[in-house]
Amino acid sequence: MKIIILGAGQVGANLAASLVAENNDITVVDLDAERLSLLQDRFDLRTVRGHAAHPSTLKLAGADDADMLVAVTQSDETNLVACRLSATLFNIPTRIARIRSNDFLETEEGFLAEHFGVHHVISPEQEVTDTLRRLIEHPEALQVLDFAEGRVRLVAVRAYHGGPLVGHELQDIKRHMPDIDARVAAIYRRDRGIVPTGITVIEPGDEVFFLARKQDIPAVMRELRRMERPVKRVMIAGGGNIGRRLAARLERDYEVKLIDHNKATCALLADQLHRTLVLQGDATDEELLEQENVESIDVFCALTNDDEDNIMSALLAKRMGAHRVISLINRSAYVNLVQGGEIDIAISPAQATVGPLLSKIRRGDMAAVHSLRRGAAEVLEIVVHGDLKTSKVVGRRIGDVALPEGSSIAAIIRGEDVLIAHHDTLIWAEDHLILFALNKRIIPKIEKLFQVGFGFF
Amino acid sequence: MQRLAPILHVLGLVILIFSFTMLAPLLTALFAQDAAQFAFDESFAVTLIAGFALWLVGRRWRRELKVRDGFLLVLLVWTGLPAFATLPFLIYAPQMGFTDAYFETISALTTTGATVMSGLDALPPSLNLWRHLLNWLGGMGIIVLAVAILPLLGVGGRQLLKAELPGPIKDSKLTPRIADTAKLLWAMYAALTALCVLALKWAGMSWFDAVCHAFAALSLGGFSTHDSSVGYFDSPLIEAVLIVFMLLAALNFVTHFLAFRQRSLAAYRHDPEVRGVLGLVLASCLGISLYVWQAGVYPEFLTALRYVSFNLVSIATDCGFASTDFNSWPMFAPMWMLFLSCVTASSGSTGGGLKMIRAVLMVRQGVRELEHQLHPAARLPVKIGGHAVPNQIVFAIQAFVMMYIATVVTMTLVLLASGLDFISAFSAVIACINNAGPGLNEVGPGTNYAGLSDFQTWALAFTMLLGRLELFTVFVLFTRAFWRG
Repeated sequence: MKIIILGAGQVGANLAASLVAENNDITVVDLDAERLSLLQDRFDLRTVRGHAAHPSTLKLAGADDADMLVAVTQSDETNLVACRLSATLFNIPTRIARIRSNDFLETEEGFLAEHFGVHHVISPEQEVTDTLRRLIEHPEALQVLDFAEGRVRLVAVRAYHGGPLVGHELQDIKRHMPDIDARVAAIYRRDRGIVPTGITVIEPGDEVFFLARKQDIPAVMRELRRMERPVKRVMIAGGGNIGRRLAARLERDYEVKLIDHNKATCALLADQLHRTLVLQGDATDEELLEQENVESIDVFCALTNDDEDNIMSALLAKRMGAHRVISLINRSAYVNLVQGGEIDIAISPAQATVGPLLSKIRRGDMAAVHSLRRGAAEVLEIVVHGDLKTSKVVGRRIGDVALPEGSSIAAIIRGEDVLIAHHDTLIWAEDHLILFALNKRIIPKIEKLFQVGFGFF
Repeated sequence: MQRLAPILHVLGLVILIFSFTMLAPLLTALFAQDAAQFAFDESFAVTLIAGFALWLVGRRWRRELKVRDGFLLVLLVWTGLPAFATLPFLIYAPQMGFTDAYFETISALTTTGATVMSGLDALPPSLNLWRHLLNWLGGMGIIVLAVAILPLLGVGGRQLLKAELPGPIKDSKLTPRIADTAKLLWAMYAALTALCVLALKWAGMSWFDAVCHAFAALSLGGFSTHDSSVGYFDSPLIEAVLIVFMLLAALNFVTHFLAFRQRSLAAYRHDPEVRGVLGLVLASCLGISLYVWQAGVYPEFLTALRYVSFNLVSIATDCGFASTDFNSWPMFAPMWMLFLSCVTASSGSTGGGLKMIRAVLMVRQGVRELEHQLHPAARLPVKIGGHAVPNQIVFAIQAFVMMYIATVVTMTLVLLASGLDFISAFSAVIACINNAGPGLNEVGPGTNYAGLSDFQTWALAFTMLLGRLELFTVFVLFTRAFWRG
């Protein structure tokens, strides 16, 4: 695919990196020549220097025969204008814009499509905020993903000694919890993925990915580990776009403290947030953390723009007694460095953004793609088309589908219903399958499996 | 002269217009054939000519007024009009004396409702109408003062009502021009008055009493055509109607207008003061009723509730009607009512005192200081209606409250020095600075202000003026910087 990316900031650069890795022709546009040359040195892509919303720049970037435009500059207005231009002047088939401002995000359905030619909106800040909120809701989880508008969730959790199910075979789940339908989609043991079967035994230290209805999640987690006390107090370091959004979302249900070092930002935050306690100071200031009782904090979120600051303040908070610490980390090298150590969860904003984009460039009809384990694994929501003759999937039982090694079907969303997958579940046309791929390399095989054959027309 | 003349020019115009309001009692006198007709003939003529003369003299120096001229103009209007308004009283009953007549008219125009007159029932209807009309005109003046002039002068954090705050408060300025805003609010005021007249007539008053009491209720002036005030009617229905309209008048007229224009009650929900006003009044009514009933003043709780509700609402909203001598209740009850009179009325209403918004802000400021002790690094804005209030305004309001307390203390001491007892002195000062009306003991609802010496009468007239013009407007004229130019 020929893809133009507008904006070589954090989101743009990360996006370019993962798209290049999937064999696409990438052109990156930005005003900053230095950033562009840095990108060009690291990846196999083309760069164009110029204003992203100018027709001449777009033409130079090859808009005439591009397949997709991804506008991810810092400015909503630039992104919207670029989409409009590429629709009107260049007829680029797929146009995606990054939108930060709630004013645009809250416009009615179809408004941006009709007037700005935007097919898909991505909002990294929104994605990260949602991710964080889900993690605070389930403090035991390492990762929580929503499917079917949040009715089913995929949860990653580490199994510990003392969990009733730990040391038992998976088929015991049914016996332990006869009323609950849950499905373990994958297990990571010492960083190696396992596709579980009924006789797989869960060991302590395993990272278990399971899928269940939203209300059943706590019950399943209770089988795998001791439960944390419910989260009441949250401390956020960094009052930027993500910190502010998160505080606004949480302040109704939790006691939220937010630290930012900038005086003007603090004044603005204190005006906008109603119940959050806004503190002006340095999140790596031991005295401030002590003064604000960091030892009684249930979740500490380090959400500044600076990776190093985030890591240091999260480490400090953990050392001073914060129960659980989450840190925002952009550089993937750092993620691998700290995750699983003293920092409980490292979130990469780039990964949160790449997922929704990947679903647009994949072959086959993918409603959603989520990257897991720093991009190594994926969860796909695939829409099944065709019939018994044209499709290799429709009309078959799940057990009979020839899934590639390293993948498993976890659930089926059929209209309003959610079916947790079993061997004998029948797949219908237009079902949404939730499919777990342990390894990215098998994705092309999966794409091929779900393609509708043409030979029969 | 250079400085004063343009102000006098405008003042002349105001007096000229004011003179025409005397036509209403004049017509009443003609119609009712009462004894005061000659008084209004002459008063009208004198006022008209005086106003015209001032206007004519000042015309040579006519120019645009500056903000600073505003202070002086407001003060001159609020002292000059009462002076002309005394004419009918002085001509009809010269034995009354200028001191008492001026007290009566300034009490009327500042919508205080403290009276020195007795034998009201026997007064010619035209004179009674004149008293109530002054009440009502005072209310109109206050509305303009509150929404347009005081914010413009920035008195005591009144800028709050200006553009600083977004959201519901910003709408306080309904139209870009002050004159248009004032007209809209006057229309609202007049409409509510008309409604009140009809309701009172329906509740059993005569047309004349209904008009007079409606004037006094909406302006929160509190004059009555009877010596025993609303107690004369002894009707729970009339009291209930008046309670409703007094409460309406104690809310911001801008909010009324917004609710009317949007045809929804949402405006009241967004108003940061409504909840405070209604909550405080409701809780106080129940609490004081219980207290008075427990103390054995009334044998039945419902009787207590009836008397307490009416008198408490009347004093709290700074109206000043009375239906019984609440001075005889255990001391806590009337004292609490006087306290309420300081804080209950909304900004932009016709009530007086500190205003609910200042009270709310002061409480929040106090809470903020306490929280600061626990979280020294915290950024804690004082919020009204979900938005932070600039510190500057908080300071202005603190200064206002300080000045208010200092004024109360000073004036109480002045009255004590003149020989009044403490309860009378203190309650009179509170009642006058809040423009409420009756105080306690010697100036209580059972008696009136007639028993005071001339000096005490003038001191209290000055207190009413201070309260009405929100202290700063008057005090600023005593600063050297004001006159230095």
